Amino acid sequence: MTEKELDAAQQGKGQETLSKELLEDMYIKMLHTRLFEEKVAYFFSMGMVHGTTHLYVGEEASAVGACSALEVEDLITSTHRGHGHCIGKGIDLNKMMAELLGKETGYCKGKGGSMHIADLTRGNIGANGVVGGGHAISVGAALTLRMKKQDNVVLCFFGDGASNEGSFHEALNLASVWKLPVIFLCENNLYGMSVPVSKSMNVQDVAVRAAAYGIEGRVVDGNDAIAVYHAVKEAKEYVKENGPILIEAKTYRWLGHSKSDANVYRTKEEIASWKEKCPIKRLRKYLEEAGISTAEELDSIEKQAKEDIDKAVEFAQNSPYPSLDTIMDDVYA
Amino acid sequence: MSEITYAQAIKEAMSEEMRRDENVFLMGEDVGLYGGAFGVSVGMFEEFGEERVRDTPISEAVIAGAAAGAAVTGMRPIAEIMFSDFTTISMDQLVNQAAKMRYMFGGKAKVPMVLRTPGGSGTGAAAQHSQSLEAWFCHVPGLKVVIPSTPYDAKGLLKAAIRDDNPVIFIEQKLLYRRKGEVPEGDYIIELGKADVKREGKDVTIISYGRMIPPCLKVAEELAAEGIDVEVVDPRTLLPLDKDTLIQSAKKTGRVLIVHEAVQTGGFGGEIAAVLADSEAFYYLDAPIKRLGGLDIPIPYCPELEKNAVPTEEKIKEAIKTLMKGSAKA
Repeated sequence: MTEKELDAAQQGKGQETLSKELLEDMYIKMLHTRLFEEKVAYFFSMGMVHGTTHLYVGEEASAVGACSALEVEDLITSTHRGHGHCIGKGIDLNKMMAELLGKETGYCKGKGGSMHIADLTRGNIGANGVVGGGHAISVGAALTLRMKKQDNVVLCFFGDGASNEGSFHEALNLASVWKLPVIFLCENNLYGMSVPVSKSMNVQDVAVRAAAYGIEGRVVDGNDAIAVYHAVKEAKEYVKENGPILIEAKTYRWLGHSKSDANVYRTKEEIASWKEKCPIKRLRKYLEEAGISTAEELDSIEKQAKEDIDKAVEFAQNSPYPSLDTIMDDVYA
Repeated sequence: MSEITYAQAIKEAMSEEMRRDENVFLMGEDVGLYGGAFGVSVGMFEEFGEERVRDTPISEAVIAGAAAGAAVTGMRPIAEIMFSDFTTISMDQLVNQAAKMRYMFGGKAKVPMVLRTPGGSGTGAAAQHSQSLEAWFCHVPGLKVVIPSTPYDAKGLLKAAIRDDNPVIFIEQKLLYRRKGEVPEGDYIIELGKADVKREGKDVTIISYGRMIPPCLKVAEELAAEGIDVEVVDPRTLLPLDKDTLIQSAKKTGRVLIVHEAVQTGGFGGEIAAVLADSEAFYYLDAPIKRLGGLDIPIPYCPELEKNAVPTEEKIKEAIKTLMKGSAKA
């Protein structure tokens, strides 16, 4: 399908027409994600962020499209590449940036860093430093929703690499036999660190793995925020009735796996071809061409996004580091 | 007071907590209609139904991880792993997820889950069904580790574990399941992290736990006839460890033998020895602290070999006598 045809299909028969407000909210969240990551990359180069971090540049449509289809009370589990998921779920940018700088005002009081941001008040039950670490947790969270008779769902983000972990198979199987409301959302960015999916699995689509557990698997263009939104929105109703579903969002990570990655395992041409398919530019183009937002409105959203990130940076930089007195806090409840 | 088995005590604890709090539920392999591989949950399926006594597939990673996920979102799951050997398959979920969530999320999460699992040897099940892996879990801040040695302790400690807001590894001893002991009717709690002096004595302290407690007590009685007065202290909870009670006992008797069935190298006995050596008890010692752990081997199948892979009454007695000889007081 060409992009045009896909766009037509999204706003086609049977699917809700998305409001200008929602679409612009998705646009600004995608911008926040991109700008946040660019800022983190800069901080890294300046030696201000330590450890490692896994940037989400290029995959913004997947997180923001998916989370925009969720309510605040719906839960997500996230991954080591989780900044986009956090922003999609409506996290506070200031606290998130502060966490990356290891500050006391950060989401985890400076103890979690990039890979462990959680905001239980907004349904984010945690990023995860372990590939596949969130699968089983999402099943347990869905069990809570069922047992407490809450009409919400859990969305479990994971990558193509995590679908080769045992926990993926155990979790899909259990969620299936217990008919739990989990949307397993695979962000297939084509590489597990340096290894292309063609060398780590012998199937083209992760989605086909759903069949082994008696559940539905669907593929969606992960660079198309609107398509991802519709897929998740539809899945939300589906999983409440039928138990879990597996959605595979096909996307691409523009940067290396982490900051230590020299990115030598793929060609400049390949990366460039995916940059052409930039999900943010694509949404902007759609908003303009469909006459939903004017160029001036979109420029002003972009300006706002930049200001928000600058403010987050300022907040983070002006925040104190946690006191050494807190080092033993919160090991136990 | 009535005499019930260790297994019945565990079941009473679970059932009473499930009646008291609707957020408590049980999940694991064959815990439902089958009643658990060791019969611990017999009858609970009938009372609470399949919603709250949940049979799972044979999938240890997701059993532990789903318990963590349910706990962090507001339930109080009890997950059973059929043999503690199989917690190896759940390790990521226990060590990297459940134990870490609270700290790495800056104190925002609570993970009130209990992982029950039978440990230890003595059933003839050989190397993959007989291990004592408690030291592994004790090496992970964020977890609590409990090993009860009597029906009374099992019930009171399990109730405390279920009400605790942290992930608790509750290791049950297969060989103790059928042992009876006095347990009061109704509700009582044994606080986690409190040791118990199982027998008072003045000459030498045995620090032991789990299924090694009965042989240690038996040896203590036998040695009493020979004029050696043995104190037996059971920490009951290894993490957090009640250091004070252990230190006080060591100061009182001046001699310490640590007994556990887990293999000696890297075993928890080393930690207990270090705690004592690093305390004021050191100045009261009349002999070096002695450890008696399992042999550094996988548990063998042949009954005589299996029996001798872990401390026997004879070896415990011999170790005590060596300790007594090596001291000025002897």
